[in-house]
Amino acid sequence: MANFEVPVLGEYQVLPHVHPDTMAKSKPYVAKPDIQAGVGFPGELVPDWENVAVKKLGDLVSQSRALQVFLDSCVKCGACTDKCHYYLGTSDPKNMPVARQDLLRSVYRRYYTFAGKFFPKLVGARDMTKDVLDEWYSYFHQCSQCRRCSVFCPYGIDTAEISMAARDVMDAVGVGQKYSNEIIGKVHKIGNNLGLPEPALADTLAGLEEDVKDETGVDVKFPLDVKGAEVLVITPSADFFAEPHIDGLIGYAKVFHAAGTSWTLSSHASEAANFSMFIGSHENLHRAALRIREAALDLGVKRIIVGECGHAWRVAYSFWNTLIGPFDFLDQRYPIPQHICEFTYDLIQRGALTLDKSANDDKVVTFHDSCNVSRASRMGNMPGGQFKIPREVIKACVNKFYDMAPDTIHENTFCCGGGGGLLTDDLMELRVKGAQPRMQALKQVVDEYGVNHVAAICAICKSQFTKVLPYYKFPMDMIGSVHGLVSKAIRLGPKN
Amino acid sequence: MPITVAGKTIETDEEGYLSNRTDWNEEVAKEMAKVDNCDLSQNHWEVINFLREYYDEYQIAPAVRVLTKAIGKKLGPDKGNSKYLYELFPYGPAKQACKYAGLPKPTGCV
Repeated sequence: MANFEVPVLGEYQVLPHVHPDTMAKSKPYVAKPDIQAGVGFPGELVPDWENVAVKKLGDLVSQSRALQVFLDSCVKCGACTDKCHYYLGTSDPKNMPVARQDLLRSVYRRYYTFAGKFFPKLVGARDMTKDVLDEWYSYFHQCSQCRRCSVFCPYGIDTAEISMAARDVMDAVGVGQKYSNEIIGKVHKIGNNLGLPEPALADTLAGLEEDVKDETGVDVKFPLDVKGAEVLVITPSADFFAEPHIDGLIGYAKVFHAAGTSWTLSSHASEAANFSMFIGSHENLHRAALRIREAALDLGVKRIIVGECGHAWRVAYSFWNTLIGPFDFLDQRYPIPQHICEFTYDLIQRGALTLDKSANDDKVVTFHDSCNVSRASRMGNMPGGQFKIPREVIKACVNKFYDMAPDTIHENTFCCGGGGGLLTDDLMELRVKGAQPRMQALKQVVDEYGVNHVAAICAICKSQFTKVLPYYKFPMDMIGSVHGLVSKAIRLGPKN
Repeated sequence: MPITVAGKTIETDEEGYLSNRTDWNEEVAKEMAKVDNCDLSQNHWEVINFLREYYDEYQIAPAVRVLTKAIGKKLGPDKGNSKYLYELFPYGPAKQACKYAGLPKPTGCV
């Protein structure tokens, strides 16, 4: 099945001995000029690229105090070394967060610190060379920007920021990643990652209405571009296209139906994901997010609710206000933006939903915390709401729920292995190996409690699990949407 | 990574998807399948043909749910599920079947 060695799950997580350069050959496909043009970057390595790269790095450092602190403050304490899932899964020491940071830090030191300018060898400063660039391309595409290392760093150094900066520098000199940049270009052109045009979206939604009618006998609507709706739902386009994502979308629709809240999707802003964050591009981030503001204004909605997408929730919760705000045209009595789990949780709290847990009695469920939700956002009005609320929604819909080990959930959660723009077939070895710590934790609850279903609230996690679970001898359909569980449990009418 | 079909060289991208959709014909599909050690049966063709029809109408591959439903209608309800499609296309029905159908690879979180 694989042309590489798949990690073997033991009884507990093993801290591997280092094996230098085992992943040095791992590189995603480079974006061709037409893809680069779609996101405003040079099509190939620009003349005098070394100086362009150094200047771009200087610009980024001068624009971001955080980045400068992250580059200046590491004391090499080693607390991060065994925290990265890619290190644990690959044993390549350059996947230790401190080593990954040093790939960029060494260049920063050479050009922007006194010691590095005059005594480069003494402080590990390096010239910006083609070898360095190639090494960046490889190892900054082995970071899913999950920020687990930053939880354990005594200085709070965020490797994700450094990895975003490195990718931004590479794009500036014309070396972009095909997967992410092609996707961002499609959002600019068509409105979503898939390139799903409005007629196809309308056809898919009409099909879902039929399916739900067949299943429940109830006319649950999947409205598109309805002016004057109360709520605009912004969800990852994978929810329209992929399994098991689509069960989540069906769940949202049923919840809105049960709540009697009018809602709509938008064909103009048919994507929650914003991969521009992964490549550290502020311009693209802004441009992609702006579609959502435009759609909200055009449709005249009062609220915006975000579907199950991990990094989209970070962008929405943490960045939208300054990126595409102010949202003074929305109803200020509701959270702006609101997560679909918050919406469903509120209804459950008020007793407004009829949920039959026994509908999910075939499942023993655990929950996979997605990185960007866990470590870069919040839900509800209490600390840790982003951990509690999805679990409370699940527990209202199932009888059997067990959490994975405490050092692998909540803010300590392990990435699925496919986040940060790495969910592409050309990085399959990295994805499988990077999933190892999560799979190890999953194995424990499978063995101890008979867990047979993993619920998640991120499109990337769901696709990544579907792909990597079989490598670890788990069934691919073991992964599901949180709102897929809601969809099964919810009762829509007296006769249902 | 060009492939050769009936003496003609046909351009594909790094992942084996056709660079020009108009280069597609049934022989091309068979050749691409051969690279993956896959023999195209009548059931494979049902899927491939549906994908091509759908693409012609919508300029995008159908959602997996749309595909399973259509195949279920054509080949019987026991075949209208993703498990059956994965048996036909073990690398994933959306991507592998699109490749043989000469369509671009679906992008995004899929």
